[in-house]
Amino acid sequence: MLSAVSASVAKSILPKTGALGTLVARLKHTLPDLPYDYNALEPYISADIMKLHHQKHHQTYVNNLNAAEEQLAEAMHKDMSVDNINQIIKLQPVLKFNGGGHINHSIFWEVLSPNGGGEPTGDLMHIITRDFGSFDRMKEELTNVTVAIQGSGWGWLGYNPNSFRLRVAALPNQDPLQPTTGLIPLFGIDVWEHAYYLQYKNVRPDYVKAIWNIVNWNAVSERLAAAKQCS
Amino acid sequence: MFTVLFFQLSDNINQIIKLQPVLKFNGGGHINHSIFWEVLSPNGGGEPTGDLMHIITRDFGSFDRMKEELTNVTVAIQGSGWGWLGYNPNSFRLRVAALPNQDPLQPTTGLIPLFGIDVWEHAYYLQYKNVRPDYVKAIWNIVNWNAVSERLAAAKQCS
Repeated sequence: MLSAVSASVAKSILPKTGALGTLVARLKHTLPDLPYDYNALEPYISADIMKLHHQKHHQTYVNNLNAAEEQLAEAMHKDMSVDNINQIIKLQPVLKFNGGGHINHSIFWEVLSPNGGGEPTGDLMHIITRDFGSFDRMKEELTNVTVAIQGSGWGWLGYNPNSFRLRVAALPNQDPLQPTTGLIPLFGIDVWEHAYYLQYKNVRPDYVKAIWNIVNWNAVSERLAAAKQCS
Repeated sequence: MFTVLFFQLSDNINQIIKLQPVLKFNGGGHINHSIFWEVLSPNGGGEPTGDLMHIITRDFGSFDRMKEELTNVTVAIQGSGWGWLGYNPNSFRLRVAALPNQDPLQPTTGLIPLFGIDVWEHAYYLQYKNVRPDYVKAIWNIVNWNAVSERLAAAKQCS
């Protein structure tokens, strides 16, 4: 199991011949396997959704991230012309969107589980109680913030490595939590419509309510422990 | 007394300000969808004629180039949003634009909306799943060019 803080971005090394005939090792991102079957999260998230979400949406982020990184590498190996700077700058939103998409979904599969739900224990429960008053109040805040997102985005439970406090945050599109806010992501809820529409249609609140039945508190606890080690 | 009034005033301004994103999101949603239903038609498709075709050809080179640009811009939207063919009432030119979420074209950009394509996933997911390009390609079969022409005429009258 990869370190939680590294956000499980698996890479494989493929040799590639670069300029001047030198052998350049280039890393490619790959789609991580789900830790469970596509139907494992039913009845809370349908197999149809899980399959599309993993095999189509997440795979596309991986593919587009690899393509963008390849273009970035090419641009950075060229001369320092304005065209080149333009190209590098043009790639930034593509990298953020697809890189964020890959990071976010890699975390998402790990923090859900068919054996999840209930409440956390140990240090995670202690820190939730300390920073929110109670588990229910954290659950309420994260639920409300997530449901209220306008358009596509994610709700997050994050850890502030400077203040050592838990915070709830919402971000648009695939904006990744850590680079955007500094918070280390512990648990996230995808509310892009593709995450729930086939099953819940427009009733996003029902989906967000249901997802609490499959939260993998063990994985979230591991992410907290790793976050604490790095802060 | 003044202090009390001051805090009441601040609370009220806070509330007014707090409502702006809600007004933009839901107001934009209402405006956008009201336009959308009108610019689609079971009898639609094909190409426009008359003044609309003339102005498209003038500002894009050809109908196909306008179609290609609007298609590409719309498909490329990150997340939820709309692609638009809009009319600039100051320069009298047509422009393609993409906006996020339910941001309404006219208040946001000044362009007057003529035709729009909703690419929130709810607009196509049940049928097209993740394949947004297929949906955007298909929608050209139901564009109500009569309605779009009427919108252009109205836009010209107000500029």
